[in-house]
Amino acid sequence: MQNHPVYTDNDPQTAPSTLNLGPTHPATHGVFQNVLQLDGERIISGVSTIGYIHRAFEKIAEHRPFYQITPLTDRLNYCSSPINNMGWHMTVEKLLGIETPKRVDYLRVIVMELARISDHIVCNGVLGVDTGAFTGFLYMMEHREAIYEIYEEVCGSRLTTNIGRIGGFERNFNTIAFTKLRAFLKNFPVTLREFEALFNRNRIFVDRTKGVAAVTAEDALNYSWSGPLLRAAGVDYDVRAMNPYSSYEDFEFEVPVGENGDVYARFLVRNEEMWQSLRIIEQALTKLEKEPPHIFHADVPEFYLPPKEEVYNNMEALIYHFKIVMGELDTPTSEVYHSVEGANGELGFYLVNDGGRSPYRLHFRRPSFINYQMYAPMSRGMLLSDAIINMSSLNVIAGELDA
Amino acid sequence: MGKITNEELLKKISEKFGGQITVVGEPYGLLTIETGREQIIDILAFLKNDAVLQFIYLTDLTAIHYPGLEKSIGVIYHLHSLVNNVRVRIKVFMPEGDFHIPTATVVWEGANWMERETYDFFGVIFDGHPDLRRILNVDDMTVFPMRKEFPLEDPNRVDKKDYFFGR
Repeated sequence: MQNHPVYTDNDPQTAPSTLNLGPTHPATHGVFQNVLQLDGERIISGVSTIGYIHRAFEKIAEHRPFYQITPLTDRLNYCSSPINNMGWHMTVEKLLGIETPKRVDYLRVIVMELARISDHIVCNGVLGVDTGAFTGFLYMMEHREAIYEIYEEVCGSRLTTNIGRIGGFERNFNTIAFTKLRAFLKNFPVTLREFEALFNRNRIFVDRTKGVAAVTAEDALNYSWSGPLLRAAGVDYDVRAMNPYSSYEDFEFEVPVGENGDVYARFLVRNEEMWQSLRIIEQALTKLEKEPPHIFHADVPEFYLPPKEEVYNNMEALIYHFKIVMGELDTPTSEVYHSVEGANGELGFYLVNDGGRSPYRLHFRRPSFINYQMYAPMSRGMLLSDAIINMSSLNVIAGELDA
Repeated sequence: MGKITNEELLKKISEKFGGQITVVGEPYGLLTIETGREQIIDILAFLKNDAVLQFIYLTDLTAIHYPGLEKSIGVIYHLHSLVNNVRVRIKVFMPEGDFHIPTATVVWEGANWMERETYDFFGVIFDGHPDLRRILNVDDMTVFPMRKEFPLEDPNRVDKKDYFFGR
């Protein structure tokens, strides 16, 4: 891979042309720049430039107490922030050795699977848009709104959720949240079935996506791909199944696997994952009936931020509140790696703690960053229009790419 | 847990690289070993290609900085054996002023950007890397911002001085 190749041939008829695809190109859905050398419509070579929205999260995290790092994780993959939030909280819980009650785990699973669905809605919807079909996107977007309304009931915000606390949730799920959740479970499958009917056997869509940007399992593993991309290439690696967290071992679900790793396979894998997510949420709701309805956090007053009312009226709560906010927690000196299955791959947190106010070092293993590095090499020889839909199907989120 | 335990894993590595590795510990069940940069690529290649271990997946590559230590910057590899479902963490520390380590791109293509990121933030030179440039920061940056001596905020900014707030 060369930085900027120099061509001496000046004949405009035959000389390759340079195209700056991005950083703000309407077809790339985010801040991605690729300097492409084109021979007609075919890509000769490409160089990715990233970092346009780098915000130094890892540096900031070294100066923030644990609770103030949650909003940073929101802004990694902002299409499915709750997974990032939960992943971070679970990393801290693993460090501190906190056991969460089953009900907390199941509530977390519900929120995480909703986040996964909302992420896949955007990715697959936009893939449709890029191949020329706007309808599916509009149908699906209605349900992302429904998911955001459930978030609102649970935590008050929609996109950057900052949801949960170390040990559980900041408040219990109210009845409106459950009503909206049941309505979503009733309505969404209808649309998803409609969406699949629109696309799965659509001649135009299949012609545009099948065999495009096919990746072998060896290449995918060699490039450390994870998530739906790796599974579409035929490797059944899913963190939820392999290293279950948050009681995923209690649930029955399948890990959909594709065959040839092309754009079409990724599309199908994501669709099937939405069905599996719905299945998991249904099971979680059934399991919740057997759990005590008032429990929504672990009993760890020294780490769980107390409710404001108690802070004003209860001495212990005031002390804990102060210690938590100022980062005066007793934390072990150790290092921990924890990963969750994010919507686009294995989202890992490598936390080195020295017992101070803030992490000594925090590294995010960001799936978008690692998945995206194959983009330029794999675009070689591809048509420009294929490279565009390849990028949509990689589901790279700029916030996560640049951290 | 996986099919092979940390003890078996350690035994396999020790057989091959006996005196060249030291065990740091097993924090939260993840075997952590430390080694030198001379044999790091051999160890990575051995772990990847061994028929039993099969650490075919490079999960993560990053670095850490301990200013004041004789060997101040360390590169940290997280490997995952998808077959055995076991992870291992390998650390390689380098002496002050000589942050050179051979590149892992010869073992995994995916190490390319991870090493560029590590170079960008810590100034670790990966010898033999095909394209070692800055990746997230601007090309003409002169510092390595994740080193501990680099301040989070610009020390020259005046808008947060106490006298603006009557203190």
